[in-house]
Amino acid sequence: MLGLFIAQVLNGLLDGTYYLLIALGLSLIFSLGGIINLAHGAFFAIGAYLAILITPHVGYFGALILVPLIVAGLGMLTERSLFTRFYRIDPLYSLLLTFGLAMVIEQGLRWIFGASPQNYNMPDILRGQVFMGDFIYSRYRLFLIAVAVVAVAGLWVLLNRTSFGRIVRAGVQNPEIVGSLGISLRPYLSVVAGIAIGLAGLAGVLLSPIYTIHPAMGAEIITLAFVVVVIGGLGSFWGVIIAAILVGLTKGILVAVGLSSWSTAAIYLLMFVVLLLRPRGLLGERILRFE
Amino acid sequence: MTTTNTTRRGFLRTGAAGLALGVASPAYLRAQGAPLKIGHLTPTTGFLGPLGEYAQMGIKLAVEHINANGGAGGRQVELVMEDSVNPQTASTKAERMFERDGVDMIIGEISSASCLTISQVAARYKKCFVNTGGNSDSLRGQDCNRYMFHVETQNSMYVNAEGAFFKSQDLVEGKNWYTMTADYAFGHDLLSAAKAFLDANGGVIAGEDLVPTDATDFSSYLLKIRQAEPDVVALNLAGTQITNFFKQYGEFGLDFTLGGFGFDTVSAWAAGAQNFRGTWPNVWNHLVPNDASQAFVKAFTDAYGKPPENQAWGDYNAGLIMAQAVAAAGDASGDALVGYLESSEAQFDLMKNRKGYFRPSDHQLIQEIYAITALPADEVKNEYDIFTTSEPLPGADEPLETLAQSVTGGTCSL
Repeated sequence: MLGLFIAQVLNGLLDGTYYLLIALGLSLIFSLGGIINLAHGAFFAIGAYLAILITPHVGYFGALILVPLIVAGLGMLTERSLFTRFYRIDPLYSLLLTFGLAMVIEQGLRWIFGASPQNYNMPDILRGQVFMGDFIYSRYRLFLIAVAVVAVAGLWVLLNRTSFGRIVRAGVQNPEIVGSLGISLRPYLSVVAGIAIGLAGLAGVLLSPIYTIHPAMGAEIITLAFVVVVIGGLGSFWGVIIAAILVGLTKGILVAVGLSSWSTAAIYLLMFVVLLLRPRGLLGERILRFE
Repeated sequence: MTTTNTTRRGFLRTGAAGLALGVASPAYLRAQGAPLKIGHLTPTTGFLGPLGEYAQMGIKLAVEHINANGGAGGRQVELVMEDSVNPQTASTKAERMFERDGVDMIIGEISSASCLTISQVAARYKKCFVNTGGNSDSLRGQDCNRYMFHVETQNSMYVNAEGAFFKSQDLVEGKNWYTMTADYAFGHDLLSAAKAFLDANGGVIAGEDLVPTDATDFSSYLLKIRQAEPDVVALNLAGTQITNFFKQYGEFGLDFTLGGFGFDTVSAWAAGAQNFRGTWPNVWNHLVPNDASQAFVKAFTDAYGKPPENQAWGDYNAGLIMAQAVAAAGDASGDALVGYLESSEAQFDLMKNRKGYFRPSDHQLIQEIYAITALPADEVKNEYDIFTTSEPLPGADEPLETLAQSVTGGTCSL
């Protein structure tokens, strides 16, 4: 029984990584431009549908590389054409914009591909299970987690160890000073939106073999990703990671002890408690512009 | 003056007589040539959206076929279709269809909760509502109403059919069952029917989990199931959750017998041959081997480029049934239709071996159903024919009502 419990805790830890890619992007776009991107889930769905389209031509691993790039491109295009108009005004407007965009994308997918779920399988090489003592785990999930960890680590290095990242972080705290130093934030905003939305596309490819691909799949995942960001603290890299793990653990443990019907409610309860004690989230930074 | 008077009186008399005649004459005389308006409501977005899309294809094809064959009792059929979204919106839209669009009846739905709200509106307007996708037993029990008819089979009938299959495989008496149940009305309803069946037949529940409706990941449940080592894993899940479960069940390498009491073939198709497994009850499927079914499959495939799902069968047949009813009753008013549909002469060709009829006591369409069994992945030839269908249930030597005995859901007082 204890073995099972440990397995559940481990699984819960891993479970968190699924929303991490979405949540990190959501947090990144918000902290730099002040835009709450409710269409983030829709780009996740685009990623999944693109994977279906191009896998027959380039294989699963080709899709794993190409799809995030294409979605990142779409993200930059969206940023240039839509987001830029909303950086300097009340976030409420961008909320409406991205809410609408999410609906347009979802309906567009339904229009093009139909409402029926699409069939997509994992490559044979990743099929099967891995045995670690008592703990039997899906080989595909271990691969998924490895890719997610590499992507998150790459993002951390980019933000913390490069001059690009330094400017982005400075821009988050004080765009005016960055501007008066003669650095235009515009291109940085585009690239960051591209990376953030590209991560959602990556998540789309990664989760397609184990989740159902249907037009509303973005709406399904965005709420949970949003809760993760709120618990972790908007703009906080580590906060979002800790929150993702916490959410995964909460779900896993409640299912393990037979309280599965509470597993969703508990996450919202967790958010409630965190907001009550730390209104900025677990590790939320104080960002002057948003106070 | 006199003549004028007479003429005026004559005019009034004739006019009054004419009016009286107009009021008294059967509606079909007045309505001759006026189109029959069918309102169609079903969720086309949300987790039932995939089924709703098939429902709309089914009813459109039905209307096309009815009109091509001279209409319903000579009247051309007009179709008004909308997304019912949720129970509240469904109720508002039903109201608007009767009030503004002047529809003669409403066909459709998949969500049992929306069926209930639409049926209440329909009863207020004294017009028929034909449920093509809501499975809940209580809709046929405590929530039944005079104007609601059910083409979709009810949960208890599916449980009895699937149960008979498991009994034949010796997987019930003394065997351990693990149930996964969607945590809302549909799941709970199915679970209580399943429990009643297991109780009656000596099955043991080794584990049961309620699954929140927004859950997409089943890894933690799968770890528990592996630990519990049940003989049968029974799913009372709906929509995309079933597909997610199939995909992840295979991913985690579980191979306990898988089955369940509610199913739509779209879930199997979405999971694909590699992931779909088990045996599932089904109101009809595209592999039913008779001429009528195969003609329908061909017409549907010609129109939409893919074979019909069981939901398409439901809405297509509901359309044909109601066209037959309007022709036979000679009138599209709710009461005339109820009168015909409850009568013993109302027998319907359902593309199945035996004809079906609505049971007068609860308005359930009594009909044959099927069970589908997943084909091994290496025997699959295309993305749709990934299962085999059983013979019609109940078997030819049993009365048609066999499966519709001992249902849960309370008593209907029609």
